Amino acid sequence: MYCDECKQRPASVHLTQMFNGQTSESHYCEECAAKKGAVIFNMDTTFSIPNILASFFGYNMQGLPSPAIGRSCDNCGMNFNDIRQSGKLGCSECYAAFDEELEPTLRGMHGNSQHIGKVPARGGEKVILKKRVEAMKSSLQQAVAEEDYEKAAQIRDAIKDIEKKLGC
Amino acid sequence: MHADQLLANTFVSWMESEKGPLSDIVVSSRIRLARNLFRIPFPHLLDSEGGQKSLEQIKEAWGRSENGELATLELITLDQLNPLQRQILVEKHLISPLHAASSDSYRGVLVNGDGSLAIMINEEDHIRIQCLLPGLQVGECFSKAQAVDDELEKNLNFAFDETRGYLTSCPTNVGTGMRASVMLHLPAVAISGLANRIFQNISQFGMTVRGLYGEGSEVIGNFFQLSNQVTLGQSEEDIVTHLTSIALQVVEQERQMRAHLESEMKYQLEDRVGRAYGILTNARIITSSEAIALLSDLRLGVDMGLIDGIKTSALNELVVAMSPAHLQQKAGQEMDGYNRDLVRAQVIQETLRGEDELTTDEH
Repeated sequence: MYCDECKQRPASVHLTQMFNGQTSESHYCEECAAKKGAVIFNMDTTFSIPNILASFFGYNMQGLPSPAIGRSCDNCGMNFNDIRQSGKLGCSECYAAFDEELEPTLRGMHGNSQHIGKVPARGGEKVILKKRVEAMKSSLQQAVAEEDYEKAAQIRDAIKDIEKKLGC
Repeated sequence: MHADQLLANTFVSWMESEKGPLSDIVVSSRIRLARNLFRIPFPHLLDSEGGQKSLEQIKEAWGRSENGELATLELITLDQLNPLQRQILVEKHLISPLHAASSDSYRGVLVNGDGSLAIMINEEDHIRIQCLLPGLQVGECFSKAQAVDDELEKNLNFAFDETRGYLTSCPTNVGTGMRASVMLHLPAVAISGLANRIFQNISQFGMTVRGLYGEGSEVIGNFFQLSNQVTLGQSEEDIVTHLTSIALQVVEQERQMRAHLESEMKYQLEDRVGRAYGILTNARIITSSEAIALLSDLRLGVDMGLIDGIKTSALNELVVAMSPAHLQQKAGQEMDGYNRDLVRAQVIQETLRGEDELTTDEH
């Protein structure tokens, strides 16, 4: 039997792989097997996604006080140790429950920890209004800087109206 | 029932290269949005009762929706499919390998007739909206996925936080919950040995490169999947623009390398393409790794106009048709590796010779 890869040298390394539930057999000579080695051994064992994730969480655990590990989410009951091990959170409320612990993890993953994209219309009304207030505040400043006090007063009143709706 | 058709036929719309821009290099574009239900435990913590409840909520929202697109979807739950059928959906890129591993009745997929829209239910997240189109159409995929998201949101409370954005089971998806990707066929870049250097540069821009079946899969047949890695701190529009412009640059590199091959190594190139065609049309037993490597060479020949009578779309379809589950479905029985290699050779011959009646000299 010849090597599947180079088709020149006799095959001496026989490999059975499972992928998506299908087994496949491959036969390589030593030389090609060595070249393929990196690819074959990378699979699942040392470089798996959960391991990488766990290391993300593990990294920032060192500086944390130990109570954080025992505390659990009121909504789903996951504690931070479970999250570290599985690389997954338990429910939407875990994000608030472990906000402090997650901050460095998110920074490490995304280089960022603040969302700036889409806001759902439903449940996101407040966020949308807050964003509008921020934008209005900067135009208020601009109006003041331009000494257009009439416009500034209008904007100020509009901001007050929205803030009343927001309940603050 | 278009779901039955989807399982019975190989074709889905991302294969239709004629309808996709730059499809001589960009096979397909994809947008995936991850969404979860407020306060309900993520699927990995759900038992079948909890899972059933979240499925019912999603079904109800789907049923009440007025968006034309959503009305065209059909629901398939995973308990309705056997393992082979689930694998068929993976090979078409309609569900993930993770999803296919389950046969739970509370997990499933809402899918349209041509496979361009698929919503996985209770996979890693409660909802994963996927839009998949041929060629470079990341923006089009995004608009379509966005419309579906808007429509579902009218009737569902999505888990969202002002600071963290859309909350997902895995923190690698939090924020936009969006993964945008393009599948690129880059044989000339690979031949020239430039692939690693290009992809190292790309990774500095928050993008990542994977194989044909996404996360954890190996690059085969010179198909590279390029996608955004960062989901938090970038807007959806920026991610789309960014990915599109990087894809365009890689396309340009591939074009230059193809032009270079044509001018400097014309005969070697023709030899390589011709050999691929020769083996594919005459082999009696062929493994999937050999076939995909040769199909990559043949596709290069077709896309560069060196071979007439074969369409790129037919080659897209063939890559899926010769995958293990599709072969076994066609044969109507389970087959071991050796028998799959036999049937694969037959399927390839039928496709290429059928497509290519003018140039073939055998009957």
